[in-house]
Amino acid sequence: MAYVALSEAEKTYILHGVEDDFRCDGRSRRDYRPMDLETGLVSNASGSARLRLANTDILVGVKTEIDVPNPLTPEFGKLEFFVDCSANATPEFEGRGGSDLAQELILSLQNAYESPLAFNYRTLCLIPGQQCWKLYIDILILECGGNLHDAVSLAAKAALFNTKLPRVTATMLDAGITDLIISDNPYDCTRIGIETVPLLVTVCKIGDYVLVDPSAEEEVCSTVSMVVSVSMRNGQAFLSGTHLTGGGAMHRDTMRNCLELGLAIGEHLDRLLTKMLNLEQQRVGLKRPQIVGFLK
Amino acid sequence: MSTNAAIDLALDRVDWRDLAAQTEEQPRVYTPGEVLMPEAGFMRGHGTFVEDENIKSSVAGVIQKVNKLISVRPLKSRYVGEIGDVVVARVSEVQQKRWRVDTNSRLDSILLLSSVNLPGGELRRRSAEDEQMMRRYLDEGDLISAEVQNIFEEGSLSLYTRSLKYGKLSQGILVKVFPALVKRRKMHFHNLPCGASVILGNNGYIWISPTKGQEEEGGEGGFAQNLNEHVPRADREVIARLRNSILALAKCKLMIYDTSIQYAYEESLRYEAHELLQQNAIYDIGQQTQGRLRDADE
Repeated sequence: MAYVALSEAEKTYILHGVEDDFRCDGRSRRDYRPMDLETGLVSNASGSARLRLANTDILVGVKTEIDVPNPLTPEFGKLEFFVDCSANATPEFEGRGGSDLAQELILSLQNAYESPLAFNYRTLCLIPGQQCWKLYIDILILECGGNLHDAVSLAAKAALFNTKLPRVTATMLDAGITDLIISDNPYDCTRIGIETVPLLVTVCKIGDYVLVDPSAEEEVCSTVSMVVSVSMRNGQAFLSGTHLTGGGAMHRDTMRNCLELGLAIGEHLDRLLTKMLNLEQQRVGLKRPQIVGFLK
Repeated sequence: MSTNAAIDLALDRVDWRDLAAQTEEQPRVYTPGEVLMPEAGFMRGHGTFVEDENIKSSVAGVIQKVNKLISVRPLKSRYVGEIGDVVVARVSEVQQKRWRVDTNSRLDSILLLSSVNLPGGELRRRSAEDEQMMRRYLDEGDLISAEVQNIFEEGSLSLYTRSLKYGKLSQGILVKVFPALVKRRKMHFHNLPCGASVILGNNGYIWISPTKGQEEEGGEGGFAQNLNEHVPRADREVIARLRNSILALAKCKLMIYDTSIQYAYEESLRYEAHELLQQNAIYDIGQQTQGRLRDADE
């Protein structure tokens, strides 16, 4: 994690603020900073999204490829995550500097998406045992302002929502070999269902209290945080994975608090994200007229 | 307890250029490599270079002419220090007889052990014990307010805190803005009427803290910290609101000084403190403050 230096007095101020349920920027412990979202802004990716959460800036691109399914799971497609920490975010990421953080993010995403209940791998299947889609989810961290896990998972989900897979028809050839024909029409495509796609919620422990959406300064003050991945199924929030970050340990009661808070927040975020994605799609339509992008 | 979360669409993003369009006189912004004027008869200053007998801009910014000296002042830049500036700085390293501090300038600045007030008398020689105690006075990460004493040849700054108003900062919030947005004034320490103090560092670091009582101020040579003191909720609300107002001013590219902060704070009272993070509220505050500042000028 990008290192932010803080003096003892500043830490004390943040700590007391958390105790009072009134943080440095006026938020309560359960509040998120405003986010800014755009999907489909990378024209040469199958799906893309950019999410900005205060100073955290994430760009996600989804690339598709046809691959052979794993023999153990012949009906499943494949997902592959890649996180790149740009040296634009902080000079510490230069060279190999960001690889530890990137690895941590990849692992927590893989962990969250691992269950077939959290992500329906069957939708990526073309011909069982022979051909399937492989999605490369490339995540670029352009700026670090705290709470990377949440921002990355929200952006990944938005990019998956935006992903368009070309429609594929299979024709049988001799000797049981099948041939795939990909539709020529770029607008003839299928979408991926994202209802169950998990979101990560970082629940950060500062002092004796837990809070969500920590800023970079608050992350420095926390000894341990729990990343809770929340998957929605039939309007109910399910846990699809957790892991702890930071050096500290957690008491059992705190852990239960974290899970409860994470699930509640995850459900709220998921609803909000789905609503905004649908709204954007309605307003933009299938053929995107213009991209807002980074300027303005 | 309810959760406040908001996702805005990029389609609805506020266009910050609208604010600038409301001022009558818009300065011309030169981009790097753009021809400013022919070299003949002019001298090139900071932010310019000569190519093909033309003076060209090497940074993006506005032109400044002093007689025949042409310079370009960049819009965004690191802090370029001047002697006598008030700065807020963070200690990044403790060294032999000096501290290395970050002042948002291109090079780290220096605070010499001989340019701080040590506890127990102003005029006393710095002994070897003092040198061993340096980490007790200022440790890595500590924030200080200081004044620029000298500028070295390579451009790094030497600071001093030998006045009771400077020294180590205690509880509060640091806000970072572009150095160009902080207006140079006589006073950079303000006790605002809303009940908080701000230090407007010329280097773009702004310190907001609860207003201290008279007797506490500057005691102990500026090394005391009130770590056990719990800042009351009312003060916190004022400070959070001030922080968000100052960031709103910076986002709207408005100059930051006591009057503009006071106006922005008054305009912000229509919102809850956490609502001030939203772009529409920021835009509204920027617009209102800009209008009031213009009225005050006339």
